[in-house]
Amino acid sequence: MEAFTTHTGRAVPLRRSNVDTDQIIPAHWLKKVTRDGFEDGLFEAWRKDPEFVLNRPEREGATVLVAGPDFGTGSSREHAVWALQNYGFKAVISSRFADIFRGNSLKNGLLTVVLEQKIVDALWELTEKDATAEVTVDLEAREVRAEGITASFELDENSRWRLLNGLDDISITLQNEADIAAYEAKRPAYKPRTLVV
Amino acid sequence: MGRTLAEKVWDDHVVRRAEGEPDLLFIDLHLLHEVTSPQAFDGLRKSGRTVRRLDLTIATEDHNTPTLDIDKPIADPVSRVQLETLRKNCADFGVRLHQLGDVEQGVVHVVGPQLGLTQPGTTVVCGDSHTSTHGAFGALAFGIGTSQVEHVLATQTLPLARPKTMAITVEGELPEGVTAKDLILAIIAKIGTGGGQGYILEYRGSAIEKLSMEARMTICNMSIEAGARAGMIAPDETTFAYLKDRPHAPEGEDWDAAVAYWKTLRTDDDAVFDAEVVINAGELSPFVTWGTNPGQGAPLSASVPDPASYEDASERLAAEKALEYMGLTAGQPLRDIKVDTVFVGSCTNGRIEDLRAAAAILRSRKVADGVRMLVVPGSARVGLQAVDEGLDLVFKEAGAEWRHAGCSMCLGMNPDQLAPGERSASTSNRNFEGRQGKGGRTHLVSPQVAAATAVLGHLASPAELSDADVRTPAGV
Ligand code: SF4
Repeated sequence: MEAFTTHTGRAVPLRRSNVDTDQIIPAHWLKKVTRDGFEDGLFEAWRKDPEFVLNRPEREGATVLVAGPDFGTGSSREHAVWALQNYGFKAVISSRFADIFRGNSLKNGLLTVVLEQKIVDALWELTEKDATAEVTVDLEAREVRAEGITASFELDENSRWRLLNGLDDISITLQNEADIAAYEAKRPAYKPRTLVV
Repeated sequence: MGRTLAEKVWDDHVVRRAEGEPDLLFIDLHLLHEVTSPQAFDGLRKSGRTVRRLDLTIATEDHNTPTLDIDKPIADPVSRVQLETLRKNCADFGVRLHQLGDVEQGVVHVVGPQLGLTQPGTTVVCGDSHTSTHGAFGALAFGIGTSQVEHVLATQTLPLARPKTMAITVEGELPEGVTAKDLILAIIAKIGTGGGQGYILEYRGSAIEKLSMEARMTICNMSIEAGARAGMIAPDETTFAYLKDRPHAPEGEDWDAAVAYWKTLRTDDDAVFDAEVVINAGELSPFVTWGTNPGQGAPLSASVPDPASYEDASERLAAEKALEYMGLTAGQPLRDIKVDTVFVGSCTNGRIEDLRAAAAILRSRKVADGVRMLVVPGSARVGLQAVDEGLDLVFKEAGAEWRHAGCSMCLGMNPDQLAPGERSASTSNRNFEGRQGKGGRTHLVSPQVAAATAVLGHLASPAELSDADVRTPAGV
C-alpha cells in the first residue's frame, strides 16, 4: 500500500447523496479477475451522460472526490474502492460514509475524509466555480485546505498510523513474523496438511 | 470460569494478543475457489509475495463449472476466464488444485470434509460465506473477503475480533421424516436472518448428538443464513468415525494424539454463552420457505402467511414484497404450490446421504409430467459413490437428470438456471430474488421433500406419497 502523508490535487464535486456501491461499480464488473482496470466501470451509468461532471474535460486528472452524504452504501464489494483508485482518486470527502465502504477504503489506502456538510458545501462552491482550484488533504496535520477553507478532520490513530506508513494489514502482520514462526513451530504434528512436504 | 467450544478453539489459535488490537489467529486450512481468489493472487504478485503455507492450502473449481459436457471447452467466456485464471494462479504459486474432471473436484465445502482435511479444533477459512459448513466437525470455520484471502495466503493468519457465542440447544427426537434441513430452516425462521449476527452459534443437545456428519454439515452450512459468523458442533464418536481412514486424517500415534485433543473440545459445564435458544425437536415437521430470504419459512402443512399479520412494519413490507415476487397469495396452502423444477444438490444437501434419501423416495416412482429434476452431486467423488450404489440409475429411471458435480443451480453461475417466473423446490440454501436465475422463484426444502415434490408436482412431503405413485419401470 502506498503511504499517504499529504496530497494536493484538483477536485470533482459530486452533488449526489446516497451513492451506493452499485452506482460506483455495477455488478457485472465483478466478474473481472484483477484489481486493475475498473476505471471504466466507475459510475458507469452516469458516465453515459456527456454532461456528467466526471466527463467534463476540465475535470480530467482530478484526484479528490467531494461527494454528498452517505457515500458507499449497499453491497460490501471492495471493487468500489478499487474503481475509485484505478480512476486516479486519492481521497474522497463526504459528510458521511457507509461503514463497510470506509473500512475497505482505509484497508486499500484510499483516504476517506469526513467533514461537516457546510464545509463540503463550501468545497463544492469553490471547485464548481473554479475547476483549477486545488484541495489539499493533509493527513499529518489532519486538515483539509483550499482557498479560503481550512477544516480539520478526525481519523483514529491506528488507521492514521497505517496510512502514514503505507502499511496494509499484511505488512503489519508480517512485522509479527517471529510470533507466527513460533506458533508454527509448536503446532502439533497431527494437524491436517494438504500436501506432503 | 469454563470456556465454550468456540472459545477453546479460538484460544488455541492465537498467535499474538495485544491491548487495543484484534487477536492474530493462525489458520489451519485455507480453501480456495475460482470466484473470490483472483484479486488475492493478483495482490500477491504486485507486492512480490508468495503463499506462506502451500501445505495448508487447497483449491477446487465449483461455482462456474458446467454439469454437462465437462470434457468440452467451457462455453461461457466469463466462466472460462475465471477457471483458467485459477489454474494459472495455482500453477504459478504451487497450490494444489482439483480441476474439472478430477475425482476430487467439487463444491469446496464438500471436498474439504471428504478428504479428511476438515478436522475438529482447526481454523478453516475460504472466500465463501458457506465455509460455516466445516463447523460440523468442531472446527472454527468462516467465510472471508478477498483482501483477507490475500492476507491468509501471505501470512497464514488473520487479525480478528472475537465474536460472541450463542447456544442453540435442540433437545428431544426429530419425528420420522423430519431432517436436519427442516431443523435449520425452523431455527432460522425462529431467530431471523439477523438473529445470529455477531455470534458463533453452537448447536448442542440430544437431537444434535444423534445426527450424522452429513446432517450436521447441513445445519452448520446454513448458520450464515441466520447472520452468524460461524456455526459449530462439538466433535464426538460420530465425528471420529467419519474421519477415520480418510485420506488426510491422522494415522497411528498421530490419530491417538488427535483424538485425545478432540475429546477436550466440548463446552465446559460452567461456561456461559452470551445468548441461548432452545428448540424442542419433537415439535418439528417438514419445513419449507415461501419467501425470498431463508427466514421466511413455515411448516409444509401451513399456509402462505398474511403480511398483515406481522406487527413489525419492516417485516410486513418484506413479506408483501416477497409474496409479490414469488407470485403467491396469503392463505394459500403451501402444499398447493406447483413447481417446474426440482434441484437436489449444493453444499447444503449435495452429499451422499442426501442423494440416498432422495433416491429412496424416487425408487420405482416417476417425476411428474412437466417437472424437470436436476440431481447434482456435491463432488465428483460423491457422484462416483452414487453410481457405485446405483443411485444414478434410480434418478434416471424416475426421469430426473443426473449431472456432474458443482454448485450448479444453487446460484446459476453456470448454465443451470431457472427461467424468469419459473419455480423450484431446491435443496440449496438461498432463496434470494434471482439467485437461481433472473426472475426465478425458489422454495428451500430438504432432499426428501424435494423428491416427493418432484413426484407430485407440488410441494409435498414423502408422507403424502402412496403406493399408487409407484410405477413399475418399463421392461422390468
Ligand atoms: S453450492 Fe451454492 S452455497 Fe455452496 S459454495 Fe456453491 S454457490 Fe455457494
